[in-house]
Amino acid sequence: MLILTCPYCGVAADETELAPGGEAHLTRAGVESSDEDFEAYLFQRKNPKGVHFERWRHANGCGKWFHAARCTVTNEVFGTYPAQTLEPPKEILDEIVARRPGWTLETGP
Amino acid sequence: MSEPVSALGGAVFDGAVKVTELPPRAMFSLKGDLASKKIVKAATGLTGVDLPGPNSANGAGENGILWMAPDEILLMGPRTDQATAAARLEKALAGTHHLLADVSDARSVFLVEGEGSALREALARLTPADLHPEAFPVGAFRRTRLAQVPAALWMRDGSAVEVLVFRSVAAYVFGLLGHAAAGGSLSHF
Ligand SMILES: [Zn+2]
Repeated sequence: MLILTCPYCGVAADETELAPGGEAHLTRAGVESSDEDFEAYLFQRKNPKGVHFERWRHANGCGKWFHAARCTVTNEVFGTYPAQTLEPPKEILDEIVARRPGWTLETGP
Repeated sequence: MSEPVSALGGAVFDGAVKVTELPPRAMFSLKGDLASKKIVKAATGLTGVDLPGPNSANGAGENGILWMAPDEILLMGPRTDQATAAARLEKALAGTHHLLADVSDARSVFLVEGEGSALREALARLTPADLHPEAFPVGAFRRTRLAQVPAALWMRDGSAVEVLVFRSVAAYVFGLLGHAAAGGSLSHF
């Protein structure tokens, strides 16, 4: 069972109080983009074994969307952070590196 | 004006813990900057209670302010002349960015009463929220779920919790609360 602390209201929310929103930090490809880029935006998703960044909504709660960094193998939570950002904040990245030495952020699709 | 009626006509379940459907209340959803003096004044002026902090609520009788989200509060009061109350709120909020909606018909309220640990145990059968007295003291308010539906719990005092749910699921929740409150081992808190 996953417990994520909502960065807006501070509630330690149970997985069943949350709605999953899939991979975080996607770059939206619009109508002007190439077919390949648009297809990648719509369908191509990371499926890492380990550190992953996701969107969640505190649905049975304050209703806000937020981000979470967790390990897909152990469900260890590295931290949660607000939705108003295009990339994981430094303190989250530092926390991940502290617990997973050698890990680096993969950029790009 | 037609007479407002509650969803279950004031249904009561009297078990190890008592469940009572409360009469209809006036409820206003107010969204905006909760640091705004005008919004605070409008809310406290109508209800007569202080603005609560995050995850808590303040109340006196049927009046109350419930902290719903960082930018949303729910104002409650007696179900009498809510048109006047709404007009009074709009007047107090004039010129301030806000969203005000009369949601008096949206929700049902249940009063769940009993000895402290039995009360917490009965509700903990239905919600994933931590209801230990340290995590959920008197005055605490939490939006969560009861079994399969969204609900809000308000610890009014050591032996009474008000449960707010959407009116359309009032019968379902009354059934749930009745089963949870019927008895069994209620002494784990
Ligand atoms: Zn929240």
